[in-house]
Amino acid sequence: MDPKSSASIRRVLALVRKDLLEEYRARYAISTLLVFAVTILVVVGFAAGMDPLPGHLHSSFIWLVLFFAAVTGIDRSFVKEEEKNTSPTLRLAADPDVVYAGKLAFNFLVLLALAALVLPLYVILMNPPVKNAPLLVAMVVAGVWCLAVTTTILAAIVAKTGTRNALLPVLSFPLLLAVLTTVVSGTTMALEGAGFTGARQELQFLLSYSVVMLTVSWLLFPYVWND
Amino acid sequence: MSWKYTLGFWFFLSIAGAFVYAPPAMGLGDLARIIFFHVPLAWVGVLAYLVAMVNGVRYLKTARPEYDHKAAFNAEIGLVFTLLATVTGAIFARHTWGMYWNWDPRQVSIFVLLLIYGAYFALRSSVENPQRRARLSAVYISLAFITVPFLVFIIPRLYPTLHPDPILNAERRINMEGRMLQVFLAFLAGFTGLYAWIAQLESRVLRLRARFKR
Repeated sequence: MDPKSSASIRRVLALVRKDLLEEYRARYAISTLLVFAVTILVVVGFAAGMDPLPGHLHSSFIWLVLFFAAVTGIDRSFVKEEEKNTSPTLRLAADPDVVYAGKLAFNFLVLLALAALVLPLYVILMNPPVKNAPLLVAMVVAGVWCLAVTTTILAAIVAKTGTRNALLPVLSFPLLLAVLTTVVSGTTMALEGAGFTGARQELQFLLSYSVVMLTVSWLLFPYVWND
Repeated sequence: MSWKYTLGFWFFLSIAGAFVYAPPAMGLGDLARIIFFHVPLAWVGVLAYLVAMVNGVRYLKTARPEYDHKAAFNAEIGLVFTLLATVTGAIFARHTWGMYWNWDPRQVSIFVLLLIYGAYFALRSSVENPQRRARLSAVYISLAFITVPFLVFIIPRLYPTLHPDPILNAERRINMEGRMLQVFLAFLAGFTGLYAWIAQLESRVLRLRARFKR
């Protein structure tokens, strides 16, 4: 590996480490996300927890919780840099590519942690019939990856606006609707016991969506970040 | 000036053609006449979106404010046309499928187009600084643009739709009676002309405003 790219990888890792350390000390993002997710879960559980629900309702509820929890807190990763006025320093210290990759990795880790907490909780509270657990995990990871890719650049946009709140759900919903419908149908398949071959189309869709979104975000991120 | 009268005459002829000249379609009857309005409206809604996106990208490349203004007014025009296409589509759905709205994949796609326009204006109104507003909204409209193929071309392939075949269908064939096709093409040209006329008026307003500011 040439020295330049290994230096950028080291920078990305340093940025992720810094964000994780900050998150560990303040626990801002994960506590907001988790409390929000638990609130929705409890509302859903009170309303429908006793009844045996069909698979597609379970998968819509799972993604309702994950999507809304994600879009309420994930813009913190950029908003905190603006609020504490650390973004000029970050801009001097690293290329936009490095910042983008670092923030994407951090957001993905936060959302993975959220999903890792929410999914078992959902299974305990709502008793969905999980017939193909590996596919369920694969679907959740793929869906969360698409959420992270889409919301990272949108969070950077939101951090630059004046209002900074309630804008991320508005901006991300139209972009994520294709992902949400696909991932809900894939999750339904996993709950109802389809195999990986049955859900191949859904996984391919999510993969191609995330590749396209990642490439375009990569190209457009400098316009948002360098202000 | 000549634009206005030409378009007025053209629409007069086209509307007369839609109700008198074109025969009722097989199966759908007189109801099919709504496609003369619905499809061109949806086409302009998408076209204006495309033009707005192209102007957004041009703004990112050149940082000249007129491209941002162009992107914004094209989005405004596109929003109106898309709303009208949604309403005409819902009327058609009510009389053929039994309800105004049933989350058909086509309805989902046009609904998302409306949402994108809405989010675009929400973003614009929340940024004070004009350069920053221009840049952020250009980035957003380009990002939204790349998700459109997923919705318009891929989702309807994955899920069944009740929507009649699009005009450019998979077999690349036009399934329309000759006289209906003439009227349809007349409307397509007419609505595209209407859009061009509005866009040209808007850019004249912008030019005049820039001159009087100086």
